[in-house]
Amino acid sequence: MILHDPAVARLRQIYRPASGRLWLAAVLGALALGCSVGLIAASAWLISRAWEQPPILFLQVAVVSVRAFGIGRGVFRYAERLVSHQAAFRSLVDLRVALYERLIPLAPAGLPAFKRGDLLRRMVDDVEAMSDLSLRVMLPIFSAILVGTGSVILCAWLLPTAGAVMAVMLLLGGIAVPAVIIWSSGRGQAVQAPLQAELSSEVLTALHAGPELMVLGADDDYARRIEDVDSRLTSALRKTAVGSALSSALGILIQGAAVLAMILVAVPAVRDGDLSGVNLAVLVLLPLAAYEAVAVLAPSALAAIRVRAAAGRLVEILEAQPPVHEPQAPRSGEGTTIEVRDLSAQYPTGPVAVRDVTFDLAQGRRIGLVGESGSGKSTVLNVLAAYLGYRGQAHLGAVEIADQSGDHVRRQVLWTPQIPHVFDADVAANLRMAKPDATDEELQAALDAVGLPLGLDRAVGQHGATLSGGERQRLGLARAVLAEHPVLLLDEPTEHLDPPTAAGVLATIEQVSAGRSLVVVTHRPIEWLDDHVEVRVP
Amino acid sequence: MRGFDRRLLTYARSTRAFLIASVAVQAFQAVLIVVQALLIATIIVQAFTEGATLQDVMPRIVQLAVVFGLRALTAFVAEWLAHRTAATAMSELRMVAWRHMMGMGPAWLANQRTGELAQLLVRGIGGLEAYYARYLPQLVLAVVVPLIVGVAILTQDLLAAVIVALTVPLIPVFMILVGWVSQSRVDRQWRWLSVLGNHFLDVVEGLPTLKAFNRAQHQVGQIRRVGDEHRHATMGVLRITFLSALVLELLSTLSVALIAVSIGVRLVHGDMTLMAGLSVLIMAPEVYLPLRMVGQHFHAAAEGADAADRVFSIMAQEPPATGTDELVTADADLSLRDVTLAYGDEPVVTGLSATIPAGRITVINGPSGAGKTTVLNALLGFLPPRNGEVLIGGQDLAHVDVRQWWAHLAWVPQSPQLLPTTLRENLTLGLDADVRDVLAQTRLAPWVAQLPDGLDTVVGEGGRPVSVGQARRIALARALLRNARVLMLDEPTAGVDPESEAAIIDVLREVDATVVVVGHRSAINAIADHTVNVGVVV
Repeated sequence: MILHDPAVARLRQIYRPASGRLWLAAVLGALALGCSVGLIAASAWLISRAWEQPPILFLQVAVVSVRAFGIGRGVFRYAERLVSHQAAFRSLVDLRVALYERLIPLAPAGLPAFKRGDLLRRMVDDVEAMSDLSLRVMLPIFSAILVGTGSVILCAWLLPTAGAVMAVMLLLGGIAVPAVIIWSSGRGQAVQAPLQAELSSEVLTALHAGPELMVLGADDDYARRIEDVDSRLTSALRKTAVGSALSSALGILIQGAAVLAMILVAVPAVRDGDLSGVNLAVLVLLPLAAYEAVAVLAPSALAAIRVRAAAGRLVEILEAQPPVHEPQAPRSGEGTTIEVRDLSAQYPTGPVAVRDVTFDLAQGRRIGLVGESGSGKSTVLNVLAAYLGYRGQAHLGAVEIADQSGDHVRRQVLWTPQIPHVFDADVAANLRMAKPDATDEELQAALDAVGLPLGLDRAVGQHGATLSGGERQRLGLARAVLAEHPVLLLDEPTEHLDPPTAAGVLATIEQVSAGRSLVVVTHRPIEWLDDHVEVRVP
Repeated sequence: MRGFDRRLLTYARSTRAFLIASVAVQAFQAVLIVVQALLIATIIVQAFTEGATLQDVMPRIVQLAVVFGLRALTAFVAEWLAHRTAATAMSELRMVAWRHMMGMGPAWLANQRTGELAQLLVRGIGGLEAYYARYLPQLVLAVVVPLIVGVAILTQDLLAAVIVALTVPLIPVFMILVGWVSQSRVDRQWRWLSVLGNHFLDVVEGLPTLKAFNRAQHQVGQIRRVGDEHRHATMGVLRITFLSALVLELLSTLSVALIAVSIGVRLVHGDMTLMAGLSVLIMAPEVYLPLRMVGQHFHAAAEGADAADRVFSIMAQEPPATGTDELVTADADLSLRDVTLAYGDEPVVTGLSATIPAGRITVINGPSGAGKTTVLNALLGFLPPRNGEVLIGGQDLAHVDVRQWWAHLAWVPQSPQLLPTTLRENLTLGLDADVRDVLAQTRLAPWVAQLPDGLDTVVGEGGRPVSVGQARRIALARALLRNARVLMLDEPTAGVDPESEAAIIDVLREVDATVVVVGHRSAINAIADHTVNVGVVV
């Protein structure tokens, strides 16, 4: 059962996919299904009984119930959908919050194992896929069990052997057909998923490299590669057609067999007087109506596979190694002098990223970290911001950073990524995260200090789309102005900027960092820095 | 999504034959449904009213078994055909769209979000499986089955046929009405929904920044609040969608209930035979079932159809015009004569005149945003000038077959793309050539020599990571391998290590070709024979 899948069970420790509302929805769903079974049963009885021409009064109950079932199906289904979606969305919010809270200790140094796009896809798409757990897996199974049991009881009450026929049909339809679907789609997926990924990556490369390929005259050659992958994907897809076709044929065969079996047991029963003739039509027509209850289980089975896969990917995030451990008994340093001796560090599951770095940084001194790409300059900043564990010595205020709480370290030390993240909000909100109680005047002063002529209420767009690269850097610096940390860590702040803009941003950094300590990762020496420390490839 | 989009058939030719076959198969299916109903009704009537034994009805039972067998067979064929056709149709559409995208040329490609395009081509079009394999056949079914079964009902009972004839047309009418309402409501809420939906993504992406300011925990409440708002907004839209389902279910089940009650009443008065009553009761739900299923498949198909919509809007764009003249020579001065360049309405470069002498190194200088890369795009033939001429010798590039120009050209863009294949294939791009010389020239040879797999090392996405400098040198090497007469480079030394910079500059100094470089660093300017200034007021 899906709820006992290890990954799903692990996720259920942090959120509740099911709630009272969900059970209400399940009952409503069962009532809706029950109405369509009831409609056929009551109609068949009504028509058979009417043929015996009793006084019309005897038919009133049947007439009323036929009408009630006719209305009930739609109404119950509507209510079920409203309730179940409300419940599913509610638990999605819970799951998002729970995952986000577990992401906090991992970011940023604990996450390089996931590519950026991959992580976001998991956090968004896979979380959304989890809503299928209640909507498409648990609800239909519950309804099928309830309505299936009801149908079997109804049949068995009319004629015990008929109950057995119904039970066999429902079990076959509810187990064999989903099994065929799972088999065929599993076979298809096993072939398709890698081909689809291959096609995606080939297409993406070709689109990226398209201009170059065209100029270098290699685009036709590459188009053949893509056609080749596409035709392999297409033939894999065509092969899965047999599985789907088989499952729908199987469904009809099971229903047919049930109808025939019903006739075989019920016709002699009528003759022998074990079954009232009025109920013959009820029994023969019930299998076709009741099959609807198990017909939804085939898509449920597919949904369960998707849910399991999504849960597995989400659990990988939960189980990611934390890049740094908070100390049991945190201590606090005195002052903000930094002393680094023989520092080595590596990301969880990665090779050594930086080795044997040594430097001192007295309060108010400003230094640059230089070195080849891949030498681990950014890793040093991650250690200083208490994002990443390390070996060797890294003192902040004469106490190992590892012995201080991360929050405490980050009250002294402000880390800024290569491209400061700009939230999809206005400028004021983007600044205020640095100092939540800042007045508008303070915000304006910070903008003036970094030479950023933007209105506070200016919306910056998704990913700061309306800002230039230089403006984003300045916005990051304005945050630093407001936050008043004594130590600033900047990661290649002028990369991606053209020379005049870079020069302007560097001048602003010089002003903003005056009187504070500064460690800046840079490709080129910066003349106003007190010193440069070279980091060598480990 | 529209109910039926002709373009989805126009571009995927294989679907037309399938549609015709589908109508035939589904019509046969409908006839089988009618025969099945008549047989079941006959058996019940004989056993109930005439006290028939199993032996009496055995011929009917055998016929019924054959009918179920045939139904399973036709269902198999229909489903198998549908899935195979879907696979072929998606491939056809994908390849047509892909060729169109490449045909739009480098300038267009450079301005696209390639990730989205690749997503559209692979997953987006992949989503059309539900459209081709389920929705389209269901549409056929929804026309054919009610028609044939409706006529069969008419032969049994006029009143029931009238009820069917009155209610069936209401279903599509209601579907369209509700569809309009929910569409306009979705459109109105779409922007709001996407803002809310993106919030979570934004917070996860910005988590490192939030953490730097110790604000990560604060966002938990925010995620919950926005999530709840998102839920309310989504439910607002869903409520209408569910309402449409409610109307459909009410119409169909209530009609069946009405028919059943009217049959019952007439049977009591002896105005109808049991045979007619039972067969109509069995057939009536079959009329509504395919119509209801259209609604279900419509939602499943909507995603793919929306993707298709975006594909078609790209295919509606005209590819840029290109000249047809033979290129006289590439060994000639290049000149820009009073050139104005623009991407949209806003000109980037206005009235630029300059000469690029053959066989020399020319550096294009200018402040950021002045249009240096734009000028390079014009020289490459990617961007036809709005005004003025780009001349190769005396020949206007606009009249030349741009492929011939590219045959003499090598181009190293700012972020060269490595294909996900071996280093060797990245260098040769299908050319049969010895790569040793160019590796030595670009000083990649020592690096390649120490790779365990040497030239067979896989680079690019998923392969061995290379630095920016190495990527540029690989791109330069593959450009050199083509013995191009003209070499164009866009900021080749931006963000590279000193070793790469030295290697690139040495190559440029020694190469026997016309070299055009977009400048960035003074080291490039030092080797320039000639400079072109863009966007500088003299």
